[in-house]
Amino acid sequence: MSRHTLSVLVENKPGVLTRVAGLFARRSFNIHSLAVGPTEHPEISRITVVVDVEELPLEQVTKQLNKLIHVLKIVELEQSASVQRELLLVKVRADLAQRSHVLEVVELFRARVVDVVPDAVTIEATGSPDKLAALLAALDPFGVREIVQSGTVAIGRGSRSITDRALERVTRTA
Amino acid sequence: MVQGHHPAPPRTSDAASTPAQTAPRPAAPQSGNGRLAPVPRPVTVAPQAVTGAQSIVRSLEEAGVDVVFGIPGGAILPTYDPLMHSERLRHILVRHEQGAGHAASGYAHATGRVGVCMATSGPGATNLVTPIADANMDSVPMVAITGQVGAAMIGTDAFQEADIVGITLPITKHNFLVTDPDEIPRTIAEAFHIASTGRPGPVLVDIAKSAMQAATTFSWPQDLRLPGYHPVTKPHAKQIREAARLLATSRRPVLYVGGGAIRSGAAAELRRLVDASGAPAVTTLMARGALPDSHPQNLGMPGMHGTVAAVAALQKADLIVALGARFDDRVTGKLASFAPHAAVVHADVDPAEIGKNRAVDVPIVGDLREVIADLLPELEREHAQHGRPDLEGWWRQIDDWRETFPLGYDEPDDGHLAPQHVIQRIGEISGPESIFVSGVGQHQMWAAQFIRYERPNSWLNSGGLGTMGYSVPAAMGAKVGQPDRTVWAIDGDGCFQMTNQELATCTINDIPIKVAVVNNSSLGMVRQWQTLFYESRYSNTDLHTGHGTVRVPDFVKLADAYGCVGLRCETKADVDATIKRAMEIDDRPVVVDFTVSRDAMVWPMVAAGVSNDEIQYARGISPAWDREE
Repeated sequence: MSRHTLSVLVENKPGVLTRVAGLFARRSFNIHSLAVGPTEHPEISRITVVVDVEELPLEQVTKQLNKLIHVLKIVELEQSASVQRELLLVKVRADLAQRSHVLEVVELFRARVVDVVPDAVTIEATGSPDKLAALLAALDPFGVREIVQSGTVAIGRGSRSITDRALERVTRTA
Repeated sequence: MVQGHHPAPPRTSDAASTPAQTAPRPAAPQSGNGRLAPVPRPVTVAPQAVTGAQSIVRSLEEAGVDVVFGIPGGAILPTYDPLMHSERLRHILVRHEQGAGHAASGYAHATGRVGVCMATSGPGATNLVTPIADANMDSVPMVAITGQVGAAMIGTDAFQEADIVGITLPITKHNFLVTDPDEIPRTIAEAFHIASTGRPGPVLVDIAKSAMQAATTFSWPQDLRLPGYHPVTKPHAKQIREAARLLATSRRPVLYVGGGAIRSGAAAELRRLVDASGAPAVTTLMARGALPDSHPQNLGMPGMHGTVAAVAALQKADLIVALGARFDDRVTGKLASFAPHAAVVHADVDPAEIGKNRAVDVPIVGDLREVIADLLPELEREHAQHGRPDLEGWWRQIDDWRETFPLGYDEPDDGHLAPQHVIQRIGEISGPESIFVSGVGQHQMWAAQFIRYERPNSWLNSGGLGTMGYSVPAAMGAKVGQPDRTVWAIDGDGCFQMTNQELATCTINDIPIKVAVVNNSSLGMVRQWQTLFYESRYSNTDLHTGHGTVRVPDFVKLADAYGCVGLRCETKADVDATIKRAMEIDDRPVVVDFTVSRDAMVWPMVAAGVSNDEIQYARGISPAWDREE
């Protein structure tokens, strides 16, 4: 099994996420993470899916995704040729005695404190899945109370934009 | 005759073969112009003020629809009002929505045009689920229009509310929920475009009742907004050349012809390819009729109940050219041991089929008509350059299989009718210009084996989903689409009891189909498996409809009750006369109860999940492959 990151450009229509997610479920493909959001064009949304799958089933899932009418374009983003980030919000136990130690870790990982109360801090961090895992490991001894994490979002390195051609199609038929 | 308030037009006027009398069909795009559909004639309708309901009816009219199968109900009621006055749409009131769906499918299958069914929200829509799934599996172009509760009530568990878009998400090619009446014409135009192009399939349009009741504007044609939909029809030249090279140089080629050959209207091109290549062809369950059975290179059906020659040819091939086929498990048997020595050329309009089940050497994405049309000159060029391949040894081996293991059957020991004989005689007496529509089970396999198909769209069945009950409503739809052809529903006693309520629809609407109930008083295919794999323990397969039983129901009386002619045939001597009698009746449906032996089994057979090498010609008799090699 290997991990693959797919960027799926879709029409911004109701139910499109259900169609994509449903397809993964029906064809027995496991989604590791999923992130959806708008793009620079209001009619296009971008879904980033991370899947654990072999090469051949990946080809099949890509073809099946392409059959969805609302899917405009699918690009696999290789680790080495793309920037991949997740967002993490974590609530850590931190009383007066511990706070400075926690802040040291925050500093070290170039994370940010977004909320402070007498017995806890909430930390925001972005980074690769590996970096965030390391941050969590460093915070663990202090007592992690709550974690919320986004799916991976990814963008290719360099000046090329994958939305360009998909955009042409949308404007041509609009 | 009793008529609904929307009487059937005289039979001659709705014949698909008289385009002058039918409505113009502008916006139903028919990519494969070899299909039976008439060429669309564009018309322009300037914007006019209408209700949403009128907009639906007008859109269907302009999309080229002439028949709608359906049942009204609360949420679709507004649409049924203008539908009543439409001069271009004939609405046929069915007795169950499943019947509407299969009828639309049968209509589409027999005519090559998009079939249309209509139902109300909730249970009306959910009753369409089976025929929609069926059409999806068999790539049948179909549009289903369903009413939905008012937009403001969606999501409140309102009376007769069901999320039919959610329910049919995985079983449609695409579906829509329309709450804005202004979107009705474009959505319906898009639905017809999607249903009929690329790999055809069912499209559902769910329309909120509030949208039907609102004021809106109708105009035609509509600009389609489908930026993500671009079916590839033109094959890649390089792959075509490679396919031609393989086909010209292989020594044991087989053309593996699937339902795509029918859907793309590629029969004429296919015939030329078979002749030019000299290769044997197998026609799958969905492709029966794509190549005439009388063609000497047609080995018949491959797969679980295929001919020994067809199954063996695929197993021993060094090249398989798959044409609109999808390497279904019923064809390949155990996939790992299917055709182990064959290189594979796979041509299909759906890229996702290529390489899905079997690794492919030469993938070709394209409409089959175009693929074969492009392949022919390349093949000729190869032949001119390198000579024609020597297939003599291959044909000797195939002919040996054909002579040693022809399709056949034994007369039953119990003295009752052989079902195969009944079906074969129906095929012979009714002839290849007829349309034969089967249910699912033993009778379906026998109808695929023992009727000789000479033309495409003459054989309709539920291949992918295996929907029992398909036959009667689908035959009804086929007869509506092809009123001048004799349409036989070859049904089983189990299947027949699932959908025979549509006989009422047939009688009332003057749709004189003929139904042959091949009555073995049991769920025959299940019983066969119980005989073979469950030590003849017949758990819940006895239906009590045959000779010597209580005959519940009595199919002759049932036919009579529905206003049909009911006939019964119990002996071999009466078979021909009974079929001929049924052929003479053309003013109402006929139901013939052929009470046959329940012990007849479908042979040859490859048991589920085993290798095709293990094919049994008859029980316990397998070809000795070594002898032939």
